[in-house]
Amino acid sequence: MRKIWDIHGGIHPPENKTQSLQDNIRAAGIPAQLIVPLSQHIGAPAAPIVNVGDRVLKGQMIGEAKGFVSAPVHAPSSGTVAAIEPRVIPHPSGMSAPCVVINCDGKDEWISHQGISDYRSLDKNTLVDTIRNAGIAGMGGAGFPSSVKLSGGKDKPIDTLILNGTECEPYITADDILMQERAAEIIAGAEILRHIVEPNETLIGVEDNKPEALAAMRAAAEGTGIEVVSFPTKYPSGGEKQLIQILTGKEVPSGGLPADIGIVCQNIGSARAIYRAVCHGEPLISRVTTVTGEACSTPRNYDVLIGTPVQYLLDLSHFDASRCIRLIMGGPMMGYTLQDTAVPIVKTSNCVLAPTVEELPPPPPAQACIRCGMCAEACPVSLLPQQMYWFSRAQEHDKLEEHNLDDCIECGACSYVCPSNIPLVQYYRASKAEIRQAQQDKIKAERSKERFEARQARIEREAAEKEAKRKARLEAAKAKQQSATKDGSKDDIIQAAIARSKAKKSGGADTPSQDPAQAAIARAQAARSGDAVSETAEEKTARLEKQLASTEKRLAAAQQKLQLAIDNNDDNVEAFRSGVEKTEGKLQTLRKELDAHRASQAPAPAESVSDDPAAAAIARAQAKRAGGAEAESPYAARERLTTQIASTEKRLDAAQQKHADAQAQGDANAAAFATAVEKTQAKLDKLRAELAALPAAEPEPPAEASNADDPAAQAIARALAARNANAELSEADKARNAVSSLEKRIAKTQQKLDQAQADGDDNAAILSDTLAKLQGKLDEARQALDALSQEEN
Amino acid sequence: MIELITQHPFAAALLALVSLGLVFGALLGFASVKFKTEGDPIADQVEALLPQTQCGQCGYPGCRPYAEAIANGDDINKCPPGGEATIAALADLLGVEAKPLDAAEEAVPSVAYIREDECIGCTKCIQACPVDAILGAAKHMHTVIASECTGCDLCVEPCPVDCIEMRPIETTLQTWHWDKPQPTEDLIASDRRGNSPIEAA
Repeated sequence: MRKIWDIHGGIHPPENKTQSLQDNIRAAGIPAQLIVPLSQHIGAPAAPIVNVGDRVLKGQMIGEAKGFVSAPVHAPSSGTVAAIEPRVIPHPSGMSAPCVVINCDGKDEWISHQGISDYRSLDKNTLVDTIRNAGIAGMGGAGFPSSVKLSGGKDKPIDTLILNGTECEPYITADDILMQERAAEIIAGAEILRHIVEPNETLIGVEDNKPEALAAMRAAAEGTGIEVVSFPTKYPSGGEKQLIQILTGKEVPSGGLPADIGIVCQNIGSARAIYRAVCHGEPLISRVTTVTGEACSTPRNYDVLIGTPVQYLLDLSHFDASRCIRLIMGGPMMGYTLQDTAVPIVKTSNCVLAPTVEELPPPPPAQACIRCGMCAEACPVSLLPQQMYWFSRAQEHDKLEEHNLDDCIECGACSYVCPSNIPLVQYYRASKAEIRQAQQDKIKAERSKERFEARQARIEREAAEKEAKRKARLEAAKAKQQSATKDGSKDDIIQAAIARSKAKKSGGADTPSQDPAQAAIARAQAARSGDAVSETAEEKTARLEKQLASTEKRLAAAQQKLQLAIDNNDDNVEAFRSGVEKTEGKLQTLRKELDAHRASQAPAPAESVSDDPAAAAIARAQAKRAGGAEAESPYAARERLTTQIASTEKRLDAAQQKHADAQAQGDANAAAFATAVEKTQAKLDKLRAELAALPAAEPEPPAEASNADDPAAQAIARALAARNANAELSEADKARNAVSSLEKRIAKTQQKLDQAQADGDDNAAILSDTLAKLQGKLDEARQALDALSQEEN
Repeated sequence: MIELITQHPFAAALLALVSLGLVFGALLGFASVKFKTEGDPIADQVEALLPQTQCGQCGYPGCRPYAEAIANGDDINKCPPGGEATIAALADLLGVEAKPLDAAEEAVPSVAYIREDECIGCTKCIQACPVDAILGAAKHMHTVIASECTGCDLCVEPCPVDCIEMRPIETTLQTWHWDKPQPTEDLIASDRRGNSPIEAA
């Protein structure tokens, strides 16, 4: 005889098991509708793999396992999937969870399935996979996926395999009757488990209040080496850890698993399901469930399909709702009240209890704790329930953890023995949840803090980067400014002009260089800063020209795009075309405006004499500002006209070029370009006429505008030349002027000649003659200049 | 030496006390430099108890500043998301009286929800979120990463189209738990009997 250990505490409530043992297991049959929850186990819910309207066969997988700790679900009978939706499930919360609802067709048609005839030849992992695919989860009540228990603990050898046939809770007889009637299948399942786990010994624990089951099991286990152990009845011997302690004397460490001490524990129902899965290929689609209680006139055990509504079972047992005080899923100790009889039987439902008021009266009102200590005596885990009760009420979570609240198995023995009827176990359940919640909150708070700090750091970093960039830009600007001042480069001209105009304003008498370009820039600067009252004519011209130039550029770009779009058959051709048209319109407007402006400026009379064109320009501007328009000097007028002619010539060239391009490409705008060319030509002619009309009283012709790209440099050159022309010139200067003027003319003529040659013009010969003559003149002038400079020195 | 003490007890006592003072003063001064604590340990402990919603309902811009304020003597009852539990924990830590919460009611744990078809993509809420729990880009719909949302409701106010609402976190099967029983057992049987005449009257 095997040595039996005892557990601490425990109680002996009335067993009430005989009522449901009067009859054999009866098949409950197929209800009209099956409600199969996707989560009937501990772990991740299964994911549905069928659609509404699909026909499913008995045993067909309808939900696949998601993750390691998970189990699939199967159709318990053939039929059509009516819905996949949340339904109320058997859970103390009375909440809903996703379920597959199957309308049964009553044919109970199996999917093709095949058992493994010789599982011993198979790899353990294959067997564990078979068990996993059969959706077997602990049928004792917790619903832990069996395959996880079997596949874990590879690093630790399993010493003992224990099958739990204890069934210690009152009223429940599902395991009892299963052992009586299906002992051979349980033993076969145990053999499979032995093959997988390879333990040194295999024990089946059965309480001594089930003599028939014990006899049946012992008979079936004869000669297999499996030992069926009987031990005194006591609640809660059926707890996994309690049973291990009773059979082996070993205690599972706090927070540990049985595998940690080399033990695997399975329910006998699970063992039978494993047998059906391995040897017959049948997944877990039915189980034995006890329906009992005095409100049912025929209490008995049913072999019931998973998903069968509780109401269906109650009807089979002639349930009288008026007599029932509350409907309990599970036993009277650890079960919970069902709010709804539509909930289905699931893999873990071992009992439906329908007691009358006399049978299970509502608990009397709780009274104050008298510190009798009976709860501590009854506790199977040797905790101090009354201490924990006080800590739970005071929310002292630290103290609760110190008193090992986590080890409480929520068996309810303490509540059962409490003379003050305090629902102690409810406090522990609530406190466990509170502690879990607090831990989760703490984790979340930590993460929030991390994220908050990361964000703060990021904002600071960004601000610092911005500041650094701003500083770098400032430094760069300063450095540039300084280098510009040193080199006297063009960049600094604006600054210089500002400085000069300031000096002027403050009464600084003489300005060292009254450069018209600088003055113009200064004016522009002033205008930009909003100081200028009105635009001078020159400024307006400059602005309009600039606008014109940029618009032309844009037009060219737009046309190019349009061409590209046409080539590519792009959808946006229309958009591009309208864009081109718009730009053209703008260009025309600008041109007109510029022409009008020029026309209004052109016939300005020339009267006053001024030493300096720059001063003259300033004077003009000032005069204009004052409202009294003073006349332009004839020289100034000439100079202006020359400039205008030069620029108009340039534009004419550009316009002609464009016109040619447009014609070459067959552009629709060729006509517009032609008009523009004509107009520019007319304008040029007009300007030339005006220039000719000017009194030719000037001592020297103003220098031709150089072809330098920079208008400012041009202006400077012009202004310098003009100043020289107007000043009392020394002979040497005059000679120098002549030289430079000649040089310019030569350059220009050369350019024209090049152009003419390139175009094959008739004038090429004439131009080359002119060039030769000019060259001769230049040589003369240079000689004269040399002679003069020698004299001076 | 002994003679000195017996002859001039007052001077000797003075000398002894002064030298002791000097020795311990030097020791303390050395210790304060050698074992200097970086940061504020009390503020750290307080911060660990705060819920880190960063909601600013206490009047400080985040949990850390409030923790520092508490360490410097501010009231411990200004945290609505933490509620009574946090106040109790703080009172326990700091050894002060627990006070009732300085707010109309304890904040219900909630999560921000953006009605996405109304969102105009202005990014204002993204800038307001203290924990970067809102995802989106300019002129694109935004959405809340619910698992990271602390329910501080700082994003609700800046929204120009009022498309953000705070939704209480719903209980799921995973988060459901048993409630504590109503503590009626503080009454003894005679109390209950005493109640009935009052009810009758």
